[in-house]
Amino acid sequence: MSPATLGKDLVGLETLSAAQILLLLDTAERFKEVSERPIKKVPALRGKTIVNLFFEASTRTRISFEFAEKRLSADTVNVASSGSSVSKGETLVDTARNLEAMRIDMVVIRHHASGSAEFLGNRIRSNVINAGDGKHEHPTQGLLDLLTLRDRFGKLEGLKVAICGDVTHSRVARSNIWGLKKLGAEVAVCGPPSLVPREIGQLGVEVMTRIEDAIAWADALNVLRLQLERMTAGFIPSLREYNRVFGVTRERLARAPKDLVIMHPGPMNRGVEIDSDVADGEHSVILPQVTNGVAVRMAALYLLAGGSPDWQHQGGSE
Amino acid sequence: MIRPILIRGGRVIDPSRRTDGVADVYLADGKVAAVGRNIVGEDGCQVIEAAGKVVTPGLIDLHVHLREPGFEELETVSTGAMAAAAGGFTAVCAMPNTDPPLDNQGAIGFVISQAQKAGKARVYPIGTISLGQKGEQLSEFGELLSAGAVAVSDDGKPIMNSHLMRTALEYAKTFGIPVADHCEEITLAQGGAMHEGIVATRLGLKGIPAAAEEIHVARDCILSELTGGHIHLCHMSTRGSVELIRRAKAKGLHVTAEVTPHHFTLTHDACDGYNTNAKMNPPLREPEDVEAVREALKDGTVDVIATDHAPHHYDAKEREFDDAPNGILGLETAFGLAVTQLVRPGLIALPDLLYRMSTRAAQIFKLPGGTLAVGSHADIAVLDPDVEWTVDPGQFYSKSRNTPFGGRRLFGRAEVTIVRGRVVYDRAAPPGRLS
Repeated sequence: MSPATLGKDLVGLETLSAAQILLLLDTAERFKEVSERPIKKVPALRGKTIVNLFFEASTRTRISFEFAEKRLSADTVNVASSGSSVSKGETLVDTARNLEAMRIDMVVIRHHASGSAEFLGNRIRSNVINAGDGKHEHPTQGLLDLLTLRDRFGKLEGLKVAICGDVTHSRVARSNIWGLKKLGAEVAVCGPPSLVPREIGQLGVEVMTRIEDAIAWADALNVLRLQLERMTAGFIPSLREYNRVFGVTRERLARAPKDLVIMHPGPMNRGVEIDSDVADGEHSVILPQVTNGVAVRMAALYLLAGGSPDWQHQGGSE
Repeated sequence: MIRPILIRGGRVIDPSRRTDGVADVYLADGKVAAVGRNIVGEDGCQVIEAAGKVVTPGLIDLHVHLREPGFEELETVSTGAMAAAAGGFTAVCAMPNTDPPLDNQGAIGFVISQAQKAGKARVYPIGTISLGQKGEQLSEFGELLSAGAVAVSDDGKPIMNSHLMRTALEYAKTFGIPVADHCEEITLAQGGAMHEGIVATRLGLKGIPAAAEEIHVARDCILSELTGGHIHLCHMSTRGSVELIRRAKAKGLHVTAEVTPHHFTLTHDACDGYNTNAKMNPPLREPEDVEAVREALKDGTVDVIATDHAPHHYDAKEREFDDAPNGILGLETAFGLAVTQLVRPGLIALPDLLYRMSTRAAQIFKLPGGTLAVGSHADIAVLDPDVEWTVDPGQFYSKSRNTPFGGRRLFGRAEVTIVRGRVVYDRAAPPGRLS
């Protein structure tokens, strides 16, 4: 794979080189401006057909992809798992092959099973973009986190980022670890040991069990969503206690030696992993993350479709 | 009358008598009639030239899934017994997790009658420990044995209820049979798709910790000590289990154990790329575990190699890793993997390997075979331990194709397999596929 291209699919950041990740970020940088125009559309993917195949509920990611596709002038179809043949027991590979038989160009897939995006990519000719597969990766979320941090700090090299919360079940954590490490950032994960894989240190990250330690160490926190079912499955006693011991609160942040940039992939559980005054505070970049999501997804779609890395918008003023 | 067979000039290895040398073997009336130099068979006997080959008691596999009754699209007793013969096995023990399960005389009798019709490798059914494999009430061991079962197991499922395991071990003493357990503490293993380790962490798959197996092994050893019953530990996969068995044996407990070819060959790295043909239970573990089970085979901590032959349809494996079924085929690659992984690197001498794949297996399940003593069953394998070949699942006699070893170069395979004094498999004149 040449560093100037991405290959056929975007399955995860683990398999990308630093050069490929930078290519995505730099291309996204150029696409940001499109969303700021009065007429938010460029013809880059005109005539391309894209299927958004969502086997798992998603609002933010699905809409973000859809905006990215529409702003690139692609034709899009959304397939959700309910109301489709999937609910009649059709296998993933049959669903995809049938879609492909209708001559499509790209599939964006969100699926509850780890590895499903790679599985699909290996079995169809269309480009596949992983919009989150189980607990494996969520590469466009990782990329938008990188872009947001780069916007804020000017560079990623040497930056200290702590990923806080339910690391075990988080595809966002994995994509962040790969992307940040490849671009030279230092990464720590912090959470209750019952929600952090024992082997995670082998990926080259620091492991911390006290949120206070992470706050004292980091330049930025990426606070993961804590799902309610972790409590019923016995990983933690209660959401209340989680907030008390691991919550990112204004009091804890006030004791940090410097101001920390606060990220969250959404949707937030206010008052659980993050307090409202932190989420809405001056150092939160949670909404810029969402804005960057569209640009990053435009870049991924455009590059996988074979677009030239030196995309120039038309009629703009750069 | 069966035509007598003279197997001439092979290296005859009989692990039961610790003999190893060039000799002829003469089979008549379904029995071993003579072993020695320059045997002259009666006129018209069938002659098999075995110079350069190894002549040995047929291999015995204590752990296979033949899927009949209930899952005949995956394997039948007939196709499984043929795959066994092609792998050098003259007898296999069929696990009872069929549909219906082998928890009654009728079901045991059905498997035996299917095996007789097939006329390939011998098939010894294993009955269930609990009725319906539900883990609640003991099956009628006496009835199962009288119909032809040789052991009891709920394999595929662990016996989680310690009281039930205790009474199974106690009650089995009445008949002197082993209780074979699938060791998995399910509250720890639940939802797991592969070994809990760095590969599972990277792939985002829920792991099954080694502790899930080891806790169960420890419990079974303790219950064997309490009851004096014979516990047979299926498909051991972790270094911790090996350590526990070593300690139990040092205490003199009646504990025996098996390891599969895939657990002494592959690590969890084989799951990379979400390869569902590397998905099995117990899962493929770490290099240190592979090292430990190999060492355990060498020093006898683990008694036998058993395949856990588990046929699955290709489209069941052609799906998301979490949803794919556990298990791989074993019968047609076992000897090749053992020679390639254990004998050629110098870890285990060929006669010791044959002891673990034949004689020892017969001893612990009290089966006929595993010996070339005059008068014993004429169940013989003629093996070529030096031939190099490439695994081609398309050529398997099994009905299924699920193996992670396709395309792998192996040394060693069966040339001729003889059961009850008849050739049931001859590579030079292979029989057609069965269905």
